[in-house]
Amino acid sequence: MSVKEGLIYSEDHEWVKKEGNTAVIGISDFAQEELGDIVFVELPDAGDEFNQNDSFGVLESVKAVSDVFVPVSGKVVEVNEELFDNPELINEDPYGDGWLIKMEMSDESELEELLSAEEYTEFIEEA
Amino acid sequence: MKKTPLNETHKKLGAKMIDFGGWEMPVEYSSIIEEHKAVREKCGIFDVSHMGEIIVSGKKAEDSIQRLITNDAAKLSRGEILYTPMCNEEGGIIDDLLVYKLEDNKFMLVVNASNTEKDYKWISSHLLEETAAENKSEDYALIALQGPESRNILQKLTNINLAELKYYKFEISEAAEVDAIISRTGYTGELGYELYFSALKAEKVWDSLMEAGENYGLKPAGLGARNTLRLEKKMNLYGNDMTEKNHPLEAGLGWTVKLDKGDFIGREKIKKYKENGYPNKLAGFKITGRGIARHGYEVYDKGKKIGVVTSGSYSPTLEENIGLAYLDKTIIEDGREIEIKVRNRFVKAEIVEGAFV
Repeated sequence: MSVKEGLIYSEDHEWVKKEGNTAVIGISDFAQEELGDIVFVELPDAGDEFNQNDSFGVLESVKAVSDVFVPVSGKVVEVNEELFDNPELINEDPYGDGWLIKMEMSDESELEELLSAEEYTEFIEEA
Repeated sequence: MKKTPLNETHKKLGAKMIDFGGWEMPVEYSSIIEEHKAVREKCGIFDVSHMGEIIVSGKKAEDSIQRLITNDAAKLSRGEILYTPMCNEEGGIIDDLLVYKLEDNKFMLVVNASNTEKDYKWISSHLLEETAAENKSEDYALIALQGPESRNILQKLTNINLAELKYYKFEISEAAEVDAIISRTGYTGELGYELYFSALKAEKVWDSLMEAGENYGLKPAGLGARNTLRLEKKMNLYGNDMTEKNHPLEAGLGWTVKLDKGDFIGREKIKKYKENGYPNKLAGFKITGRGIARHGYEVYDKGKKIGVVTSGSYSPTLEENIGLAYLDKTIIEDGREIEIKVRNRFVKAEIVEGAFV
């Protein structure tokens, strides 16, 4: 299980990669492994707006249904449509091709409430 | 949580463990999909030692069992197995189980893990004279070897000719030099065997099978794959697809009810259902829209609620989403369109008669 350096993490196991004012959001390697084989994704549409910690979609593995939550507030600007046909990308490459959405952040200071890679590693080790 | 004698073995293999009705059981080792495919194409090995084994013996053992179950145990010869519901006076299913005829007046009943205590009490309180029931669940380990290669693998470890052991028959012999009941049964719809033997020998038998299966693509498989495998073959899961609120006819188990075999508990009620009809029946469906149906989701027909999903999953073989639901009988027809409420959306599905795979 890996925690990628340079990303910011939530306690709900999402990661955020800051690209200017845009947040790329996905789930951590720990989360994909806990879920197991992901076979279905439900994601929002571009333009949808969310407040921090809102559920923005659902990932389903063979066995489980799991909500995903936005770690920051903002507006969805892009959705990873590849996942509709190939949800297994989330298992195979959670920090790369398995990204979920890109958001235009409305309050970048929210990022400060999240965890660094090191803090997230400690968090999952305690769990 | 209760543990099977193979608990440590699963953990060493890196299994993800879950609480299954009070038992700590492996849900998957690597991937449910891979384990599922191993069983359909090669072979999988399952620890199902959590299942309950109840021995009924004595002068009136057969008559007692005949009163307890809906199927006909009088037809069994020694070495034969019967699948049957066991019902209450209302015709509600207390459990579904296997009856093994060990001797003329000695039977082994194999029951669902979470029902073992309940069943044992029910059985014990409904025995005829000079007959006793013993709960031997803790003494037995139970390993299921399932898949097209299962015969080749097990044959390396036993002297009996497995090709001659027919479906729903068993032999008492040895497997991996351990005394075992070798049973041609399973819950996957594939060629397969189930081995009952002393819990003290669990690791030895497991390890021997794993070694014998090394060149046959054998994989350990967990409860996750067990569920998708049985669902594709439309086998009911007690607690999901049937409970004490369902009678065998609506659960699709009419073929296991022998109303003419003599009296049994629940017979009057079931007979009435058969004569007067009943509104709903368990039916299969596959999703044609986008979504996965899960236990408890509602089923609609043109805006009207017509039933509830009892089991639903992704099918690794079909790469489609399938499920079971109790539906208004009048609409059950192959290909008939229905809708499943998935969260707040209505997702299209169609009824599938017969097994999915």
